[in-house]
Amino acid sequence: MSNRLKTGGYHLAMGLVSFLWVAPILWVVVISFRSFDDVAANGLGSLPHSFTFSTYVQAWQDADEFRALVNSLLVTIPAVLLSLGLASIAAYGLARYNIPFRRTVLLLMLMGNLLPPQILLIPISRFVELIGYYDTLIALIAVHVGFGLGFYTFVLHGFMRDLPKEIQEAATIDGAGPGKIFASVILPLTRPALAALGALSFTWIFNDLLWSITVIRSGDKMPVTPALLGLQGLFVSSWNVIAAGTVIAAVPTVAVFLKFQKHFVGGLAIGAVK
Amino acid sequence: MTASAIEVKTRAGSAKRRSPRVSPLILAFVFVPFAVEAVWVFWPALQGFWLSLTNWDGLSAPTFVGFGNFGDMVSDPIFRTALKNTAIWLVLFGGLSVAGGFGMALLLQKERRGVGIYRAALFTPVVFSLVVTALIWRVFYQPDGLVDSVLRGVGLGDLVRPWLADPDTALYAVIVPALWRQIGYVMVLYLAGLKAVDPALYEAARMDGASALQRTRYVTIPQLKGVNSVVLSVIVIDSLRSFDIVWSMTKGGPYHSSELLSTYMYSTAFQSTQLGYASAIAVVIFLLALAVILGYLIRAFREET
Repeated sequence: MSNRLKTGGYHLAMGLVSFLWVAPILWVVVISFRSFDDVAANGLGSLPHSFTFSTYVQAWQDADEFRALVNSLLVTIPAVLLSLGLASIAAYGLARYNIPFRRTVLLLMLMGNLLPPQILLIPISRFVELIGYYDTLIALIAVHVGFGLGFYTFVLHGFMRDLPKEIQEAATIDGAGPGKIFASVILPLTRPALAALGALSFTWIFNDLLWSITVIRSGDKMPVTPALLGLQGLFVSSWNVIAAGTVIAAVPTVAVFLKFQKHFVGGLAIGAVK
Repeated sequence: MTASAIEVKTRAGSAKRRSPRVSPLILAFVFVPFAVEAVWVFWPALQGFWLSLTNWDGLSAPTFVGFGNFGDMVSDPIFRTALKNTAIWLVLFGGLSVAGGFGMALLLQKERRGVGIYRAALFTPVVFSLVVTALIWRVFYQPDGLVDSVLRGVGLGDLVRPWLADPDTALYAVIVPALWRQIGYVMVLYLAGLKAVDPALYEAARMDGASALQRTRYVTIPQLKGVNSVVLSVIVIDSLRSFDIVWSMTKGGPYHSSELLSTYMYSTAFQSTQLGYASAIAVVIFLLALAVILGYLIRAFREET
């Protein structure tokens, strides 16, 4: 009897905590469907008295969140592919071959990722201006690739190093060169780690604010995360439209998370179990 | 045991004999990514350190001033506020997210009905960007928003204030959403760590008559040493980097009351274009993180060998 009471209490408490945790999200979704008149008359703290999609139309068209989303994807997808591609060849060389100074190289690369980005902001904004790429999506892609590489290389290195030696030796005996071994033996075996890092880096890059506002100036080139801040200026006190814009901006990362849930959580835990 | 050791030795020897030189392709494999990082990280970082020793308005050439910028900080009240707020941020944001994340992981570690839903609920905010998080909470803090309605509803109406516009509350009003998002993240790290603890240890402790509390204190916590140090590094590095959430909610205001070193660095660099002084602030952020970064690197590479 007391055991059942305990279980009931546990679920009651945890259910309440979980509800409180998701409530802010639900509340914003509810507000995003309320009309301006309803919000103006009843306040943001009241229950809804209206239902409209016009907020989404406004955010999508007037604020051009559609273009911002396209910009985000134009940056995020190439940046994820490039950084994982470069990181996996570097990790392969460092993990599977006896390269001079391999530990130093790996150490330096990881250290680069641990630097606070603030130290890089001014030199990088100057550098992209110098090479004529200021205010372009290409510059933003390059920054993300450069800054993320170290961590991805380190994680993939740990993963590739633990693959058994024999498979590589067997392929060597079969006459495969290092490039072939990488593409047809090592890379397929690294897929779980790549999936985890892919899901993680997608959300990191998609969610970035600091680099975007450092390298990009024009509103029509802003990815959706920084563009969301502009929305506040555009729709002063139209919190229902801002809420709709927020929901739109959150959808892609939620979709990636739901699709790659296992990999995502596994990726976050990389390194925690060491 | 010895047989396999010998086998490994001979294999290592033969591998060395077979491939004395690394193929140029492999060297390119390592060199190209390293060069990319060198261009986008190492070189700018070196420039950043050098710029911290200069005065620079971004138009004329930088002039060398030695450690002058660091001297200026001592008498800069905004810098002192930012430093103090960063310390508060570290203690509150860091401490509470570890406490909350660890507590939730303990409560949700056992697989039982409903646990999956509770974990998912706590984890959901981690998926959002900090800007999305900031906007969600700005909606809350609006006058007549939910926070105010609830406070009035429970009879605490005189507590109502412009949360983000009041210098006394702005910093804490920003920490709450940051925590909301971080606790789920820390929880996932601890859940992974708890999973790796050998169940036999708990069994043994239970046989010896240890209570649940004692098992947590004497079995779980010592076993989590590795996770603890990872979480500590992540938290400290994250706290010092924290920028997005503050910038999206208050931009460091009002009157610099929620200014962190990271936001102060940004506005000094890109709004008042004191590029030398801003670089010096960035160097301070780096120095504060240095001990943790070094610890992280040492641990990561001890396990490498």
